[in-house]
Amino acid sequence: MGIWLLRRVGQVIPTLLILSILIFGLQQLMPGDPAVILAGEERGDPAVLAQIRAELGLDRPIWQQYLLWMGKVLTGDFGFSWRIRVPVSELILTKLPVTFQLASMAFIIAILIGVPLGILSAVRKDTPSDWAANGAALFGVSTPNFWLGIMMILLFSVELGWLPPSGYVPLFEDPVQSLSTTIMPAFVLGTGVASVLMRHTRAAMLTALSQDYVRTARAKGLKERVVIWKHALRNALIPVVTLGAIEFGRLLAGAVLTEQIFTIPGFGKLIVDAVFNRDYPVVQGVVMATALIFVTLSLLTDLLYMAINPRLRNA
Amino acid sequence: MSASTAPTALPAAESPTRRAIKRFLRHRLAVFGLVVVVLFVAVAILAPLIAPYDPLQTSWSRIRKPPSFDHWMGTDENGRDVLSRVIWGARASMMAGVISVLGALAIGVPLGLLAGLAGGWVDAVISRVADAMLSVPFLILAIALAAFLGPALENAMIAIAVTASPVFVRLSRGMALDAKATDWIEAARALGNPPWRTAFVHVLPNIVPPLLVQASLAIAEAIIAEAALSFLGLGMQPPNPSWGSMLNSSQRFLTQAPWLSIFPGVTIMIVVLAFNLMGDGLRDALDPRADKT
Amino acid sequence: MRTTIKAILAAAAAVIPVLATVAPASAQNLRIGLREDPDILDPTLSRTYVGRIVYMALCDKLFDINERLEVVPQLATGYRWENPTTLIITLREGVRFHDGEVMDAEAVRYSIDRHLTMQGSFRRSEISEVDRVEVVDPRTVRIVLKSPSASFLSALTDRAGMIVSPKAAEALGRNFGTRPVCAGPFRFVERVAQERIVVERFREYWDAANIHFDRVTYLPIPDNTVRLANLQSGAVEFVERMEPDDMKTIQRARNLRAVAVDELGYQGITINIGNGERANTPLGRDARVRQAFELSIDRAAINQVVYEGMYTPTRQPFPPANPFHVRDFPPTQRDVARARALLREAGVTTPLAVEMTVPNNPDLRQVGEVIQSMAAEAGFAVTLRAMEFASSLQAATRGEFQTYLVGWSGRVDPDGNITTFSRTGGGQNDGRYSNPEVDRLLDAARVELDVAKRRDLYAQAVRIAFGQDVGRIYLWHRKNIMAHSARLTGYRPIADGMIRLQGMRLQ
Repeated sequence: MGIWLLRRVGQVIPTLLILSILIFGLQQLMPGDPAVILAGEERGDPAVLAQIRAELGLDRPIWQQYLLWMGKVLTGDFGFSWRIRVPVSELILTKLPVTFQLASMAFIIAILIGVPLGILSAVRKDTPSDWAANGAALFGVSTPNFWLGIMMILLFSVELGWLPPSGYVPLFEDPVQSLSTTIMPAFVLGTGVASVLMRHTRAAMLTALSQDYVRTARAKGLKERVVIWKHALRNALIPVVTLGAIEFGRLLAGAVLTEQIFTIPGFGKLIVDAVFNRDYPVVQGVVMATALIFVTLSLLTDLLYMAINPRLRNA
Repeated sequence: MSASTAPTALPAAESPTRRAIKRFLRHRLAVFGLVVVVLFVAVAILAPLIAPYDPLQTSWSRIRKPPSFDHWMGTDENGRDVLSRVIWGARASMMAGVISVLGALAIGVPLGLLAGLAGGWVDAVISRVADAMLSVPFLILAIALAAFLGPALENAMIAIAVTASPVFVRLSRGMALDAKATDWIEAARALGNPPWRTAFVHVLPNIVPPLLVQASLAIAEAIIAEAALSFLGLGMQPPNPSWGSMLNSSQRFLTQAPWLSIFPGVTIMIVVLAFNLMGDGLRDALDPRADKT
Repeated sequence: MRTTIKAILAAAAAVIPVLATVAPASAQNLRIGLREDPDILDPTLSRTYVGRIVYMALCDKLFDINERLEVVPQLATGYRWENPTTLIITLREGVRFHDGEVMDAEAVRYSIDRHLTMQGSFRRSEISEVDRVEVVDPRTVRIVLKSPSASFLSALTDRAGMIVSPKAAEALGRNFGTRPVCAGPFRFVERVAQERIVVERFREYWDAANIHFDRVTYLPIPDNTVRLANLQSGAVEFVERMEPDDMKTIQRARNLRAVAVDELGYQGITINIGNGERANTPLGRDARVRQAFELSIDRAAINQVVYEGMYTPTRQPFPPANPFHVRDFPPTQRDVARARALLREAGVTTPLAVEMTVPNNPDLRQVGEVIQSMAAEAGFAVTLRAMEFASSLQAATRGEFQTYLVGWSGRVDPDGNITTFSRTGGGQNDGRYSNPEVDRLLDAARVELDVAKRRDLYAQAVRIAFGQDVGRIYLWHRKNIMAHSARLTGYRPIADGMIRLQGMRLQ
């Protein structure tokens, strides 16, 4: 187990290395000269452009740019945002808690709604409660976030005046205000993920409930509740865990549209603004951080698989 | 689930396929889903015949008019008939939804199965590549591809398929891992059966339900993603309609002209619902144990 | 299960009233919703339009402009031209920077030198005619230019005229933008990227009597509907650059006010005339084809369809409010028959394919669709190419376009609105339009200090470049739609779209 874990952690390094090359390559493929963007309305002056290129090292060959960047990263320096001249590490460290809070709230909402509804509709398959739960889930998955978000703002902020329409207050500055600024976006994100989790829980539970050992358990006269919780649910968890981890990762990587609408200064907005402004140090830093999140989550996923199915430990 | 579809098989011993079809057809909601999907495919194909108006015909005298007898779904910001655009939009949106998800399945499932069953370094490489792909922002990929491939629906579908595939890799891998460590496999191994074959036989039935669920959910995402890509210059270009891009441009008129967002939105919802009902029906039909109850 | 849900609902019901109160603004605090997040707040290095709005609080300039776009003193008290290349500026007495340092001639010399010499300065090209700055006495500076310049003074009404504290600028160097120290009415408190910029009242401001806020918070809220929702729910008191569609909503609300101000810039179509292979089309080669294209477009109708008729159709870069607006050069009326005739005359087989690059912004995309539909009737088959803005800029620079729907935020002085776009070798002349006669007129206008003569030179250039050659098709001047709470008074609408805090107060 210890060796397995070590090997997994060791895999992080080549993953990040390959990803960093990939990102550098993609940035080369993307049209839009960072110098032209940075020059803004002064883009017509070749002297201005040359100067920006020299200052940012954009006049060097791409491999040199990469090695220079890599060299700095190894010393923990992710460089500066070209646009606002703030260290990338500082940007990431200020945005990550915001997104983490939002993602966690959304995920809790998703699990609280999605998993119980999924179990309920599997157990009561083909009854009105199953149909209602499925209907709700499919409504959730096909309602665009921008629509739900704006409708909620119009209702709860403009009409009722209960919640601030947008913005963000850090959790430790004012917990109540912080919750009031994040509850709507968390709900918008959470219901979307809840729908996915609900549908997967339902399908997995149905499969599990028709397995032989569940039938055996039932035949033995075990209480339905025991059958569901002890036998079926445990085995239904694999796809739910897989999807849950991916969806949580996506939430952590930043829910762009929702952050945009509610003006939450999180990861998603950071990366979108960075890409549109060709602020490459920020793009590179954020992608590295995102990759770390995904790699960690897939490690956690595998650990959870093992908890669910102990035999996997030997595999 | 063997591939024998022989309808002329002996009536006494029904083929599993036939039994599955029967089970599916008994599932009323699934049939309803199938009918709706077929209907939309028909709408897409027959668009030129059934659309009441030219979907591109603008009219400055009827801009953003609410639904009426002449225009059942109202008119849009350029005075075009929304119903006709929804009908024509079925082409781009159904293609984007279905084909790109099929593409994602085709890329993701074999890789995921391979990773789960082979394990070791094969698993490590495939899984880490999937992690890396999940971390590349969709936006960067889209802009880079837009520059290289130019605007076309097919290019948008490629981008969507590529970005949606890691989820399928992860799902198939997880199910394969799980199945690999069951009693049957152990037993089969003890009996000297080739582990690969056995694993495959047991993995497939387990893997189909979550894949069906994910695929039918991914269709909704793909339809919306097509619009985002069109905005970045990768998908269908204006004025050609797709449900996603109609929804996108309705965002400016959310309160002034709600019908502009409601009709394409509800259409997407119906299609997604239909695919999911169909998926559920398929799941039940393919579950060999379902008959025993 | 059911009991859990009930419990959650009950808990939620208990929490909501606690969350309910959107903190009411205390009377002395102003919150402004911005359309974008500003870039770096260093007057020498910054580039964005939205950043200038924030500078109105932080950094006073030597001069400002008024409602009639005339240059008025701010940190300066007056100026005179000693000769066509020597400008004498007298400075206001008793002005202090936020760090307590005195704003004097030495500080002015330092700031202008900084704009001219700092690596990465975006001001250099705006005041490149400066040869040297001399301190005459603590309250007087002499600026010597390399050549006469009619536009120089107006450059000093914007960031190039902002004076920074030399002490702070030396101490912070390139990081000055993270803690700017100027002589404006408010001092910098904090900035959280993409979230807020906070400034507080500077007690020793020279014009403190006209400042009525203790604190101003700038909040970037890009989504239009959401920015308006913030205003409606009282989470901000002022929002800038709303859309024409929002006017009705704002006017309906009794507690809100909307002000639409003509902008300095324009929206137009750049045509590729000489930039690479894509210029080699009938549209690029033949002015008659471009005339036909212009005649196929109904500016007023587009304005009506997309912008509720709020914008001002135009055929030139200078808006009516600009003293250099060419009066007898009205926008062309749509004339499909004449357009078709011109195409026949030019020997073009219709439908003529024209590609139009459109930045990915929803209203421009609609404009593209409307033009497409209008031009079709005259025999143009327009295909639209939506592009993300950064990509579209690159395509334009490299000549990878045929026509490009693009706007300009505008400058106070006419030179900044025409020369870079229409002079041979102009920095933003993406279509490479070139006419020696136009070049001559623009060069002459640039150094002509007599306003009447200068106006005449621009009028001639406009007629040739846009009337005869159709080097560009101008469509309309937008409006800056500002909205604020009815409790707010004293906002002065000026065409540059800035929010000047002097005189503004909340009741």
